[in-house]
Amino acid sequence: MKTKQLAITTCAAALATLSAGASAQISGGSVKIGVLTDLSGTYSDLAGSGAILATRMAIDDFIAKEKPTFKIEVVTADHQNKADIASNKAREWIERENVDTVTELVTTSTALAVMKVAKEKDRIAIMNGPASTPITNEQCNDITVHYTYDTYALANGTAKAVTQQGGKNWFFLTADYAFGHSLEKDSSAVVTANGGKVLGSVRHPFPGSDFSSFLLKAQASGAQVIGLANAGADTTNAIKQAAEFGITPTQSLAGLLMFITDVHSLGLKPTQGMFLTTGFYWDRNEETRAWSKRFFDKQKKMPTMVQAGQYSSIYHYLKAVKAAGSDDTSKVMAMMKKTPINDFFAKNGQIRDDGRMVHDMYLVQVKKPADSKYPWDYYTIKATIPAAEAFQPLALSRCPLIKK
Amino acid sequence: MEIFGIPTALLGSQLLVGLINGSFYAILSLGLAIIFGLLNIINFCHGAQYMMGAFVAWIALTRFGINYWVALIAAPLIVGAVGVVIERLMLRRLYKLDHLYGLLLTFGLALIIEGVFRDQYGISGESYDVPELLSGGINLGFMFLPIYRAWIIVASLTVCFGTWYMIERTKLGAYLRAGTENSQMVQALGINVPLLITFTYGYGVALAAFAGVLAAPVFQVNPLMGSNLIIVVFAVVVIGGMGSIMGSILTGLGLGLIEGLTKVFYPEASSVIVFVIMVIVLLVRPAGLFGKT
Repeated sequence: MKTKQLAITTCAAALATLSAGASAQISGGSVKIGVLTDLSGTYSDLAGSGAILATRMAIDDFIAKEKPTFKIEVVTADHQNKADIASNKAREWIERENVDTVTELVTTSTALAVMKVAKEKDRIAIMNGPASTPITNEQCNDITVHYTYDTYALANGTAKAVTQQGGKNWFFLTADYAFGHSLEKDSSAVVTANGGKVLGSVRHPFPGSDFSSFLLKAQASGAQVIGLANAGADTTNAIKQAAEFGITPTQSLAGLLMFITDVHSLGLKPTQGMFLTTGFYWDRNEETRAWSKRFFDKQKKMPTMVQAGQYSSIYHYLKAVKAAGSDDTSKVMAMMKKTPINDFFAKNGQIRDDGRMVHDMYLVQVKKPADSKYPWDYYTIKATIPAAEAFQPLALSRCPLIKK
Repeated sequence: MEIFGIPTALLGSQLLVGLINGSFYAILSLGLAIIFGLLNIINFCHGAQYMMGAFVAWIALTRFGINYWVALIAAPLIVGAVGVVIERLMLRRLYKLDHLYGLLLTFGLALIIEGVFRDQYGISGESYDVPELLSGGINLGFMFLPIYRAWIIVASLTVCFGTWYMIERTKLGAYLRAGTENSQMVQALGINVPLLITFTYGYGVALAAFAGVLAAPVFQVNPLMGSNLIIVVFAVVVIGGMGSIMGSILTGLGLGLIEGLTKVFYPEASSVIVFVIMVIVLLVRPAGLFGKT
């Protein structure tokens, strides 16, 4: 068992003065947050230990600022991107350790498995890493929150911008599993809706390492834009090899899901000029810089949108517990949905009834090496996609909770 | 012109790409075959050692400014030396036991090595640029061939056939082969068999590291780059015949080509095709295509 379990007692001073009455509404006298993430696999850089750090920062900041009368604990585990490990761990946490909320959950399959367990046990689940839209559609429930981003928002940002800028003919390089299919489907729809055409696609095994065959097919298709409907190492290897085979800059690449850690690991030379959509960029304003620098001091890497979203969502959750004066699931969830989110991550963010947290997204372009002035100076923000347009409108929702 | 609805230009380029991947399979499965043939150890940390080769090259370049050409020699030597230490301290104790013990030990080592690199360098990987001399490409008419990819084929085939020649055609190779047939007799003739075995393991590991350095400019240098590849390479060894030197080289190249063709006709099956072939070969010729029964 690779499980690392760390329980931290964070507010001994507050505890000392705790009155019996104040803790009556908090089960077990403490709020327990479970962070279930990928600590060892493909997604451990974009979520992983950075997501745990973000959780701890949120708790420390909450205690310092809001001076809660309850104790807050964190438990963490590596789900290894496996749905069975994730759901067993979540069950164990809820049944034996009285965990109040299970969070992060990168990889769609683990997210879908855990949200079922959490719903069955009446506990809140907060998703930051996973991307697929079924979380707030077919599989939605009233106590799961999908916080940071999803494939709809990514396609809507990147595919739309690239098509509108003249990239009319597309060819997709798609990871052959649920997430890749979902991203390809959402993106194709956006391309067609904006007057573009999809010339074809090729599905590569996941994970892959050599993409040259697939890239040659994409090259032969004559498409202007090669859409990368994959993530992590698959995306970075594909970008690297596209440059090697002289595909770029003749044809251009669109990274449909890219994190700042991917750009950092590839460097600006092969990625320059690419468009991508993100929910967070550290260098956007004073507030984001201040928080990100604190994160950087501890992690030695700038935060991804998943890690920033993790901080924001945990802080929002704790505020709701305090305001509700209870850790009761339905009371806290009602408070979370009622209260708008205003912090460095989101302005006027709102959790909808389908569980989707809607907030502004950003269309960014990767800088040329010459334009990058300091470490991690990677993006130019091209457009802010307002919350109302960034995510799937409720009118298109397939979630049974939404009455039309 | 088209063959089965696929333009010949595309087919030609896919075959060439298959040959490049086959070169990697050949050099990795050759290392495994040597180690198995002469030591009877199923070296499960071969993938981790391949990854170490790539990382040593990357560290040498970024920390010490040591260029690709030096790394191509130095990284196999360094990783090979680590292999020698592993053989002396650990593997040596397992020769008398069942294969399974060596497999478990090396599997455990692979997990530890990968874990250490993951902890140190994260999972996203690091970029290693193609050396100046080999950058750019040639337009072959039917495809744009990056010069570096052509170099991979040349370098790996040279090393593969050089190794085959050394084992099959030289005196040192004769000692090695004799040592595995009847080590006591060879020892009685005044040859230091344990030293030979240590050298062999070190050489097999160095081959993996050499492949790692070759791979560094093509793939992202990443702690898990070996674990993704190693299972396919094991299948190659099984298909070629465990321990057969020439068998592993030819099978490696051949399977690269077949995989390349699969990517043209039915890409979804490209990760499975090698295993399908493995099953068929095991049913028809359990000792492998080139193995002796």
